[in-house]
Amino acid sequence: MRVTFQNVFPLRPARVHEVCGAGAMGFAAMAAQRRCLWIRESWLTDTAAPQGLMSFLNPADLLLAHPKNQADALAVAEEALKDGALPFIVLEITRPLNLREGRRLQLAAKAGGTTGLCLIPEGMGSNAAETRWKAAPLFDTQSEDSTLQRWKIIKNKSGTLGAWSVKWDAQTRRINVVSEVAQR
Amino acid sequence: MRKRVVSMWFPRLPSDRVLRAGLRHIADDNRPFALIHHEKNTDRIYCLNQAAEAQGLHRGMGFSDARAYCPDLQSHPANWVADIKFLHTLARWSKRYCPWVGLDGTDGLMLNITGSAHLFGGEAQMLDDMRHRLARAGVSGRIAAADTRGAAWALTHHAPAPTADITSLPVAALRLDAKSDTALQRLGLRTIRDLMALPRATLARRFGPDVVLRLDQAMGAQDEAITPLGEAPHYGVRLTLPDPIGLVEDVMMGAERLLVRLCDKLKDQDMGARQLQLTLRRVDQGAQMVELRLAAPMRDAARILPLFARGVDAVDAGYGIDQLRLEATQVERLMDAQITSTTASRPDGLEDLITRLGNRIGLDNIQRFLPADSHIPERSFQSVPAAYSTASESWASLRPRPLRLFAPESIAAVGSRPPAQFRWRRMSLTTGRAIGPERIAPEWWLPDDNWRSGLRDYWKVDTREGRRLWLFYTPQNPGWFVQGEFA
Repeated sequence: MRVTFQNVFPLRPARVHEVCGAGAMGFAAMAAQRRCLWIRESWLTDTAAPQGLMSFLNPADLLLAHPKNQADALAVAEEALKDGALPFIVLEITRPLNLREGRRLQLAAKAGGTTGLCLIPEGMGSNAAETRWKAAPLFDTQSEDSTLQRWKIIKNKSGTLGAWSVKWDAQTRRINVVSEVAQR
Repeated sequence: MRKRVVSMWFPRLPSDRVLRAGLRHIADDNRPFALIHHEKNTDRIYCLNQAAEAQGLHRGMGFSDARAYCPDLQSHPANWVADIKFLHTLARWSKRYCPWVGLDGTDGLMLNITGSAHLFGGEAQMLDDMRHRLARAGVSGRIAAADTRGAAWALTHHAPAPTADITSLPVAALRLDAKSDTALQRLGLRTIRDLMALPRATLARRFGPDVVLRLDQAMGAQDEAITPLGEAPHYGVRLTLPDPIGLVEDVMMGAERLLVRLCDKLKDQDMGARQLQLTLRRVDQGAQMVELRLAAPMRDAARILPLFARGVDAVDAGYGIDQLRLEATQVERLMDAQITSTTASRPDGLEDLITRLGNRIGLDNIQRFLPADSHIPERSFQSVPAAYSTASESWASLRPRPLRLFAPESIAAVGSRPPAQFRWRRMSLTTGRAIGPERIAPEWWLPDDNWRSGLRDYWKVDTREGRRLWLFYTPQNPGWFVQGEFA
């Protein structure tokens, strides 16, 4: 049985998930939707722009943490996941996580009932992740102002894999799954 | 014991303050100097030094006139708030002579030195010491001691020498208002002695009770109090233990006791702590400090205590800790808040989390976005420390903006239309659709090196490969750049 989109999205709460690919930041913005802590190492020069985030979430609900290095970033993420004051944590990873680090994040998420999402460079995931996604933007031949993306679930601890094309509806702030073209 | 009062008068307090602060060379060279304030559309002299007075300048004189008389006059704007602060500094300094120091107007101090003169070898030596120290600090002042506050004031403000007989001083030395002073002068009553010769009943009937009161106060028949300055509240508590402790739980318990006392103090003053410092003194005289910066002013012991846990855990107790000291090094006003259904926009749990994260990576590194009033994409928002700001809901954007912004990256292309094909970050991309241009002009009133190239025409380019990029073209300085990426 193939897994359906409703089974895997919204992301399973109280777990840490991973996403990679060119559309990873858009995936995070679409998945967050609520009050959220965005952890990003301070030496990274590019920034998430609040005006761009506006169609996904309210920038007033966003809190940013800028730790010096990944050790601090992981500590901040663990603390925030365990605390549970914020329902969603986004963590940008710059070097691979080992099993111990991934497992610690997972345990912290479980303790605090918080959902975590790691933005990982391709191939740097940890085995402890609940799901791993690959998000890539797609060219939309029909509509002009489109956010068409191809989301592939490439690791799933509690189910099989799958792939969907999704669009974001900025008015209602929700995801529309584009139906697949039938085989003729 | 006979009451003794010292009056200090600083006639040039404002100009002395400025000269002391960084223009010492002017005072040393004895060059003319004046403080200027703007009043009724003209600059006037507010205070001036002796050299300027010697040149014929005076207070209230127009600044342009003064410059005409004295072309090498140096000037500086007046600052009343700083003057009052400086007077308070002097008041704190003069507590070395006696504990009872009060302010006298905006340019003087009153010291009740009863019983403390002998500590300096007598009253004359004490006054000499004061004059010497003030002169060394570059503050010109007149100092005199008398039995009453009124007499001391008269001696400093009106006597030619500090040991003059006050009955020979003019009646103005009695701190009378201008009207009574003029009336007395018109009647030929020039000195205090003349006034004392008159019957009291007639004096009171003719000039009102004020003149008699001032005369009595100067002569000592009527007592006049000096209001000492209040001590600034001190937010520090300590706990000394008979035996050293070393366990984390014990230290936390000690910290809890201190916190409860400190929070009571803060509550009395309607204050909240922003920064706390817990000093743990060990038996071997070493001291360890635990700093805590809070994300919001707080005075709730039960909430602050767990925030100390991480810092206390890292302390090396050595042979044991026998003294704990807790101080709120930074406090902010925190009024009691009315709890209503609409308050609690920011849940308390979040502040505690910010505090804990902030103590790990620095409180300034926990930030939030605030909107800024600019069309320049990178300046249309700012990241500010979350602990010192409140979230703003007034976000707006008329045109689509990218999710990710980076420093402009040059691509090879020509022409004012987006290129059909281009290479960016080693990817070869084909333009599928381009929306634009959106012209953004640089803010000429702000110098910005990134915008030297002039106008920018922004395009949203959807590539056939999927990436949706934000490109711009600089028509005044032809070139194409990539600055952002859409979701």
